[in-house]
Amino acid sequence: MAQNIKGRGAPGRKWMLTAPALIIILAAAAGPLLIVVVYSFLTPGAYGGVTWEFSWDSWVKVLFERDLFGDELTLATGNLTIFARSIWLALLTTIITLLAGFPTAYFIATRPRTRRDLWLLLITIPFWTNLVIRTFAIQDIIRQEGLLNTALIKLGIVSEPLQILYTDTAVLIGMVYVYLPLMVLPVYASLEKLDRRLLEAASDLYARPRSVLWNVILPSSRSGLIAGSTLVFIPAISTYVTPIMLGGGKRLMMGNYIELLFGQGKDWPYGSAVSIVLMTIVMAALLIYARAGGPRGGAHG
Amino acid sequence: MAKKFSVTRQRGFNTIALFTFFCLYAPLLILVILAFNAGLSSADWQGFSTRWFWSAMENPQVVDASILSLQLALTAALISTAVAIPAAIAMTRTARYKGWMFQYALISLPLMVPEIVTAVALLIVVAAIKSWTGYIGLGYLIIAHTAFCIPFAYLPIRARLETMDINLEAAASDLYARPFEAFLHITLPQLLPGVLAGFMLAFVISLDDVVITEFVKSPGQDTLPTYMLGQLRRTVTPEINAISAIFLLLSIMVVTVFFILQSSGRRQQ
Repeated sequence: MAQNIKGRGAPGRKWMLTAPALIIILAAAAGPLLIVVVYSFLTPGAYGGVTWEFSWDSWVKVLFERDLFGDELTLATGNLTIFARSIWLALLTTIITLLAGFPTAYFIATRPRTRRDLWLLLITIPFWTNLVIRTFAIQDIIRQEGLLNTALIKLGIVSEPLQILYTDTAVLIGMVYVYLPLMVLPVYASLEKLDRRLLEAASDLYARPRSVLWNVILPSSRSGLIAGSTLVFIPAISTYVTPIMLGGGKRLMMGNYIELLFGQGKDWPYGSAVSIVLMTIVMAALLIYARAGGPRGGAHG
Repeated sequence: MAKKFSVTRQRGFNTIALFTFFCLYAPLLILVILAFNAGLSSADWQGFSTRWFWSAMENPQVVDASILSLQLALTAALISTAVAIPAAIAMTRTARYKGWMFQYALISLPLMVPEIVTAVALLIVVAAIKSWTGYIGLGYLIIAHTAFCIPFAYLPIRARLETMDINLEAAASDLYARPFEAFLHITLPQLLPGVLAGFMLAFVISLDDVVITEFVKSPGQDTLPTYMLGQLRRTVTPEINAISAIFLLLSIMVVTVFFILQSSGRRQQ
């Protein structure tokens, strides 16, 4: 009997069963990524594409600029500004979604069991709504003659419409709006498992609610907080649609910069190098996640 | 016990939470309301009208993009679910074998790589294949969508498998069922909620995609999201609101069904 089950699990058979999925991913995701790595070491062609000559140039360009005569290298401030802005906006997005998302997840987790599903559904619906639509909804509200400005003027808070659209603030608002559910869901998952008797014990021992929050609730939901932060940070740093629609195409983030290099820039090797930089940042975030919050969670005494 | 006092109460949290829900839904609500504006711009309200819904439905570009979106999502979801089932069966409820980690990493790869990076990677490959073969059909979009849908189809199936009793299949094979018979009559019926959930997740993920589609598509292959993105760069009429409202309704329906499926699955356990 046991033989039978083990027999089903012969390694060759396992490879056969997984092969179709693996082949598709190799063909349309993993393979092309390897080509990006190769391209980053080639010379750009005149009209996009590449010529097959090895070159370090693209990697040098990621960090340095050559001056006109091509001898001296200076730090490429233009590039580094874009990288820094991406990281900064992604971090801010993570922090704001954390501040709004934690109380929201806590609110859902403390509802009566039967009503939690409904609140969760309310978080899930925007999450599954198309990104372009959600970003458009934000655009509609913050535009010059949009509802927010109309309301602010009617209330006499400002006398002239605020220019929010096409600023970093607009991109930030858009990203927080779009990625918030990604924070709430994992935090909720860890709060749901929280043992209420711990809270009772703490308050029996005269702990104030805020001290219960800091000493009991937050430490035991650590894995959810880290998972949520990772889930928000990663799409935020690689965002492409939000800066186009809300940043007006001028406030570039890494995703748009990559597009620019492949499109108008016609420098595919350099675009490939920047893509790899972005991927490295994402992998670093994942690594931090795996180290800090991953499988073991954060119970400590 | 005093009724008012609760150990779970945190001052201010309810307010923040309700405000968050308000912020999540107000923009969507306004978006839908403005779809019924009779005027030319979403900025000034000219009275109630359904004209933009009609004009969206009569706009051939919108109709074509919608059909393409649905076609693509359906195909990608079907293929990705079909390949995710055997993969999940091979990789779940088993001792870690040589290559397990590699397979797992490869299947989760699309979840970890930024979309824009996959998009330019595919752009490179597709451009090369196009210039060699001259083929500019839907094949590129289908395989690209299928690839990033696979992990989303895989995860619910795997989750479902992990809760299933392996002894039932052992019993079936004790009773001389062939592996395929055991799969068809024992494994698959139990697996169905997971398969359905995986299929729907893959469907929504494909429908949602903008970035990869934008880079892979050939001229004239706009999906609804890429069409909208293109329009939004120009002047916007409430027609876009109307399309969004319809799309939104579709999302709500799919998510609600998905949710009911999931929670009925949980109740069974």
